Amino acid sequence: MNALIDTKPSGAANERTNSGHDDRRPMTFRSVLFPDGATAVDQSAAEPGFFRDLNLDQIVAAITKGREEYDLTAFFHAPLDQVDHVAYRQEVMRDLEDAALISRVKSFAESMRTVRAYLAKVEQLTHLAEKQRWFVDAAELYCDAVADLVDYLSQASVASRGLWQLRQYAAEYAASDEFRSRRDEAKQVKAELATIRYRLHILQHRVEMLPYDGCDDYSKEVEGLFARFRQGDVEPYTFASTRSDSLNKVELMILDRVVQKYPEVFARLDAFFHEHQDFQDGLIADFDRQVQFYVAYLDYIGRFRSAGLRFCYPRVSHDSKETHCSGSFDLALAGKLAGEEGAIVANDFDMSGDERMVVVTGPNQGGKTTFARAFGQAHYLASLGCPVPGRRARFLLCDRIFTHFERKEEIADLSGKLKEDLARIAAILDEATPRSLVVVNEIFSSTSLRDAIVLSRKIAERLNERDLLCVWVTFVDELAAHGDQTVSMVSTVEPERPEERTYRIIRRPADGLAYAMSVAHKHGLTRNQIDERLRS
Amino acid sequence: MPWNEAALTEDLGLGPLFETMAQGDPLVHSVARVAILTGVGDDIDAIRYRQDVLYDCLDNPGVVRAMYAIVVAAMERETDTGRSSLARNPDWVLRWASTSIEALLGSLEQLRRVAESSQSDFSSAGVSGLMSSLIRDLDAGYCSSVRDHLQRLKFRDGIEIGVSLGQGNGSSDHVLLDPPIRGPVSWLTGLIERFAGRRHSVDSFTLDPADEVGVKALASLRDQGLSLAAQALGEAADHMRSFLGDLHKELAFYVGCLNLHEQLTRIGAPISMPQPSPPDEPRLAFDGLCDPALALTLDRRIVGNDVQADGMGLILVTGANQGGKSTFLRSVGLAQMLMQAGMFVSAESFSSSIADGLSTHFRREEDAGMESGKFDDELRRMRDIVDHVAPGAVLLLNESFAATNEREGSEVAQQIMSALLDWRVRILCVTHFYELAQSFRDRAGDDVLFLQAEREEDGKRSFKMIEGEPLRTSFGEDLYDEVFRAENPDDGQDAEDESTRSVSEPDDGAAEHAADSSGRASVPQVGRR
Repeated sequence: MNALIDTKPSGAANERTNSGHDDRRPMTFRSVLFPDGATAVDQSAAEPGFFRDLNLDQIVAAITKGREEYDLTAFFHAPLDQVDHVAYRQEVMRDLEDAALISRVKSFAESMRTVRAYLAKVEQLTHLAEKQRWFVDAAELYCDAVADLVDYLSQASVASRGLWQLRQYAAEYAASDEFRSRRDEAKQVKAELATIRYRLHILQHRVEMLPYDGCDDYSKEVEGLFARFRQGDVEPYTFASTRSDSLNKVELMILDRVVQKYPEVFARLDAFFHEHQDFQDGLIADFDRQVQFYVAYLDYIGRFRSAGLRFCYPRVSHDSKETHCSGSFDLALAGKLAGEEGAIVANDFDMSGDERMVVVTGPNQGGKTTFARAFGQAHYLASLGCPVPGRRARFLLCDRIFTHFERKEEIADLSGKLKEDLARIAAILDEATPRSLVVVNEIFSSTSLRDAIVLSRKIAERLNERDLLCVWVTFVDELAAHGDQTVSMVSTVEPERPEERTYRIIRRPADGLAYAMSVAHKHGLTRNQIDERLRS
Repeated sequence: MPWNEAALTEDLGLGPLFETMAQGDPLVHSVARVAILTGVGDDIDAIRYRQDVLYDCLDNPGVVRAMYAIVVAAMERETDTGRSSLARNPDWVLRWASTSIEALLGSLEQLRRVAESSQSDFSSAGVSGLMSSLIRDLDAGYCSSVRDHLQRLKFRDGIEIGVSLGQGNGSSDHVLLDPPIRGPVSWLTGLIERFAGRRHSVDSFTLDPADEVGVKALASLRDQGLSLAAQALGEAADHMRSFLGDLHKELAFYVGCLNLHEQLTRIGAPISMPQPSPPDEPRLAFDGLCDPALALTLDRRIVGNDVQADGMGLILVTGANQGGKSTFLRSVGLAQMLMQAGMFVSAESFSSSIADGLSTHFRREEDAGMESGKFDDELRRMRDIVDHVAPGAVLLLNESFAATNEREGSEVAQQIMSALLDWRVRILCVTHFYELAQSFRDRAGDDVLFLQAEREEDGKRSFKMIEGEPLRTSFGEDLYDEVFRAENPDDGQDAEDESTRSVSEPDDGAAEHAADSSGRASVPQVGRR
């Protein structure tokens, strides 16, 4: 078995240090999602509080759509808290970026899906010869699927610890006597069943079984008769099968007679059924489910990639707050605008040195909230071990994400709302650790500007004291000039056509006049324009 | 259908042309519409092939109409009732398809008889090919063999199917075997056998007819066996039907051509078979070219135009309002489409290189009032055209960007047109923008031809296009004078013009266009090449 030969990891796909290679040898395969295999995910974990504000609920719903049987949502609700665990997943994900490898994994998954469907039939049926046939079909399919996967992995270039260990494990499993003899036996039984052929004569209510002597296909003859009229294709006749998955009364009567005629063949089928009840391996079944985390995510971002959007594997750090991402965009928005060419505008963000707080100001509908969401999403997706929108990125591996978004439904009670805003901020400050991320979107809009300025400054000071990473979307320009920790970013408009938003958010001092001036320009009322008109 | 089907239909006024071709037959209408809008592509041989068939049809209109009548009768018998609802059950399909094939075979035999009696009158590859295949493929032996099989497909002695074990060890890979012929078994023999139990061996069983579940299950098994034969027979019926359906459509096209020819002949419009040339080299030359749609609307012969524009990438038409510029543009576009559909055109002669697509960008009136919106709309339509245009395409521009001022409109149009000309798109442009015309002046005679709506000494329009440099005004004053003088009915000629105008296009003076030009009274005939 060549599966034991260590295929050298390809350099390009492997960003880890060399020591990683040696580490993985003694380890045995447990899970493709967690390096030590011990980390359990609470399957009933509720959606994190910030999901809705960041539209991560939409993203996760879109990723897991159509894969409900794998129950993947829990994995997407459980961020990782160790840099190495993120690396473990990034390695696997990078391996699976290989089109050939992922398509093999998908066909393996497809086979496993069918195996489960067959076994469900076995559960439900009572006629032995019928039930056992589904069983042997399931067993054969399972063995073939595992063998195919092992075959492929043995010559595939695999760099991740997760898949490397899986390859070793699966190869050993497939080489075991138990597995091999089971597979051979299944094939033998099926080959014998395949030799059975017979002829049925049906006249009114009478059925006669006759030996099959290889007569001609009369429908072919009919087809040939009319061949001269054949030009182009007509819509084929498909008859709604009146047949269900299970055999009907008459088919069972026929099958009973077939069993009587070929007792040895059906005795072997019966023996196989009893000897191989538990033919599935637990870890292989787990792999089948867990690998869908990667497959689902890659399929999801594949749509955006083919529309020209870029994704990258972020560098994550446990303590550095250097934050960088070029070409970031809101994945949920991209999902909504899918197919509209050039509809998505990518933005960059950068925080270095003491910079902790991005303050986003500028005209409304200019993409500010989208920018804040993209920032939060990127951090969260990075903590799942997933690639994020952008060309290059590095992030702090946050322990928690807090969001404070305007709640429209409570606007009626203004003083109550201000109080509630402050209470929510206080709660965040209470719970946040220095490794937390805070996303604030338009608070204090219900109060006077003066109040908003004062309150915002105070809150900003508190956030800065805690050294928290923060994105703050606000109409309070003054906040953007609040100390060295603040980075000012502004949503922009096209000077000639201020009504068309660019959705570009750029790093520059807040300037409330930019928008007004561009409107003035449109109407020919800037100073220069007026000056020129007067001169002519 | 081309992406700009709606625009072409509206801008070139194709509707009335389709009506004339149809003469009330909806199939002819839809076939003519598809044929003219889609053309035969850039295949000169395909055009010549159709032209040859068309010559044949014009020589033997009676035979063509007779064949069409046979096919129409056959298709009327064939209702679509069955397919969707019957397709669910093989037994039904077998029965329905048998009946259908029987009837279709009858019609095909009728067509064969027509072919046998008139094959010698047709020389085109298309028609004689069809006729010989009818004669060859529907010989008496074949027809009786089909009828024989239709009998066997009634399965009076039951069916036999070969099977093997499949899903759940049920029967699979069903093969329908030759229908068994057991000879006549009297009901008495059957009864005796049943009582004697002779046929109740291990290998056979008989269901109690009262056993509904069993009977249904057996029917389902039987259906499985019959389904392939039912598919084959159903498809055979469909193929025969689609053969006749295709013939129906093809004949409909030529019947449409015959109808159009009759109408044009009646009003004395010129008719000729156009000369297509390869798309590599821009060619366009014609004599006496008319807009047949307009002529038919006015029900009389109209002035034709002569142009020699071989080698020209751009034809810029400027000049007097109401001078027939739009009609001229339409007549060229229409002739190009008719040529590429393999049809005759209304001209003394017409030759042009094949166009890889035809687009129109005509001024639209509907959204007047929303100034910026309208210019937006014009740009949007132009972008659609640019998205679809390919080298070798023909683009007709009629007062494009008139929604904005001359300077802006000229600049926009000039940039677009220059770019497209570089991409070997042939452009016919009608404009009153002097600036725009002026910007192409350097290229005059090189690959740009300037035409003007002719204006005679007394200011009257001849509705003819003549070669000439762009003029700065569009003679709006003339028009003003004419319109206001017409209100004072001391000039009979103008008054008549005014009244006819109301039945055609008010922006174009198309009615005046109909003024007879002397000396072209002879009824045109399409001659063999």
